[in-house]
Amino acid sequence: MAIPRLPKSGSAGSAGFEVQNPGTIEVRQVHKSYGSLEVLKGISLQCHAGETTCIIGPSGSGKSTLLRCMNNLESPDLGHIELDHDVIGFERNRFGRLMTAKQKHVQRQRMQIGMVFQRFNLFPHMSAIENVMVAPRTLKGLSKQAARDEALLQLERVGMIDRKDAFARNLSGGQQQRVAIARALAMRPSVMLFDEPTSALDPELVGEVLQVMRDIAAEGMTMVVVTHELTFAHDVASRVVFMDGGRIVESGHPSEVLMNPKEERTINFVSRVFSSGKAA
Amino acid sequence: MATPTETSQKEHDAWLEQVEKGEPSTLHSRPQPMQWVLGAIAVVVAGFVVVTFANAKIDWPVTFSYVFNPLILEGLSKTIIITVLSFVIGLVLGVVFGTMRLSENKVLAGIAWVYVWIFRGTPLLVQLLLWFNLALILPSIWFPGFGVVSTVAIMTPMMTAIVGLSINEGAYLAEVIRGGILSVDHGQTEAGSALGFSRWRTMRIVILPQAMPAVLPNLGNSAIGLLKTSSLASLVSYPEIVNRAQSLYFVNGRVMEILLVVAFWYLVCTSVMSVGQYYLERHYGRSLTRKTGPVQKLSDRIIHSLLRRRHGDSTAS
Repeated sequence: MAIPRLPKSGSAGSAGFEVQNPGTIEVRQVHKSYGSLEVLKGISLQCHAGETTCIIGPSGSGKSTLLRCMNNLESPDLGHIELDHDVIGFERNRFGRLMTAKQKHVQRQRMQIGMVFQRFNLFPHMSAIENVMVAPRTLKGLSKQAARDEALLQLERVGMIDRKDAFARNLSGGQQQRVAIARALAMRPSVMLFDEPTSALDPELVGEVLQVMRDIAAEGMTMVVVTHELTFAHDVASRVVFMDGGRIVESGHPSEVLMNPKEERTINFVSRVFSSGKAA
Repeated sequence: MATPTETSQKEHDAWLEQVEKGEPSTLHSRPQPMQWVLGAIAVVVAGFVVVTFANAKIDWPVTFSYVFNPLILEGLSKTIIITVLSFVIGLVLGVVFGTMRLSENKVLAGIAWVYVWIFRGTPLLVQLLLWFNLALILPSIWFPGFGVVSTVAIMTPMMTAIVGLSINEGAYLAEVIRGGILSVDHGQTEAGSALGFSRWRTMRIVILPQAMPAVLPNLGNSAIGLLKTSSLASLVSYPEIVNRAQSLYFVNGRVMEILLVVAFWYLVCTSVMSVGQYYLERHYGRSLTRKTGPVQKLSDRIIHSLLRRRHGDSTAS
């Protein structure tokens, strides 16, 4: 079985790979509380197929919780989220009620949704390539060779083919995050979720991870990105959503939300982040 | 410091010259006389102990003659058998109850907590005697599939030893396993579930392999501890090595000689186990980032684990 060759994609983000089945995420009236603290106060949002949605906002605004609801790491108290018209984490029973889904059902849905964490969460007892191979092999039942081919393909996509046998402790944060992205991509998801993927990185390593994300976005993946990188949001996002206090304050094209915000809170946030140089 | 003498002045000038020429300074480590004094005191004390016991009236030829005594060897094999059986059963109980305590199901977690509370909170000797005399309060027990069985018939010395030791061991190992699982970062569980692994798969593929380095030293210490505590089984008349030794010296009065032989065999067994533990830990520690720190020398490890008291350490650490 030959490894499908990728044209050497430069850093320009030219797509050598095309995402076959980008999904659509639809968030409808999602509420979520922890005890008496209401984290999400009725969020509605559409992330269209093949588009990148960036969620920005101050910490504690509920953006990570919203993202984690999208693959059922958290589940809403009220309202629901659909991936291609399939409700995440819930199933209709015979009376038509939405009931918490069985574990199997949730697992099948999660296989469609790739997730990248702030702290990478690579499996430290496996090498880079084993990290990428383990899920396709155990969940899709790929043969060792097929899983290996898939892993090599994905590692090449994120530019980590040279370090395929390294363990996480021998990789820089940026390299670990790129392997983590490859691990998620290897399941051929229809949506990718990024939870502050560059927040735990040293400043000089942020660029390489963002570049990989730009490439994937250019390949037509549906992406939902919680981030503080406003430059990235400006360049890549089809839509920017500004959240504060559990609500969406403003959303729209990046040229509006970032460059020409209307709401006071958005103006404050955007100017503060830009001036702090975080997005430089 | 001392007033500058002629020599120290000379040294100083030489140094200045050296620095001037751009040569690196020559450095010396300060002599530490206290280390020598402490060492000397230790040698004297140790010498005193050795001399005292050298005068003890131990009949060495008799002692040696008991090393391969058939009764002693039979007892030794029984000690090893109940240690292995109790450890394996205890490990199964430990994994079951350790994961139960972490369960989201409060009833399961509560039951596991009570189990650990009772069997870790009472002396093993008392537990063994209670099991041994179970027939006094419970003349017969109903087992599903077997029907009603007389308690006296089941609670033989061997069964008492195995039941008592393994249930007690299970309570300690439950805590060890629970600690090992908790030592793995929660992000690992999330990464597993986000990929679509079931809870059990995440546990098996992601969590348990990472918990191993944290768990293994404790498992090794527990196994070594269990070997030694199994001597308590002699008190419910299970014919393990101490029990056999007693039956020998009650007849011929060679108390110390025979007990020294017993101590010797325990030391042999625990040393072998320490070596095994060392290699097991090295094997599992290899690919991990965890806080193993500098690898201790094998000899240090052995001495360390032999000196460790049984359960005080495995729970405190």
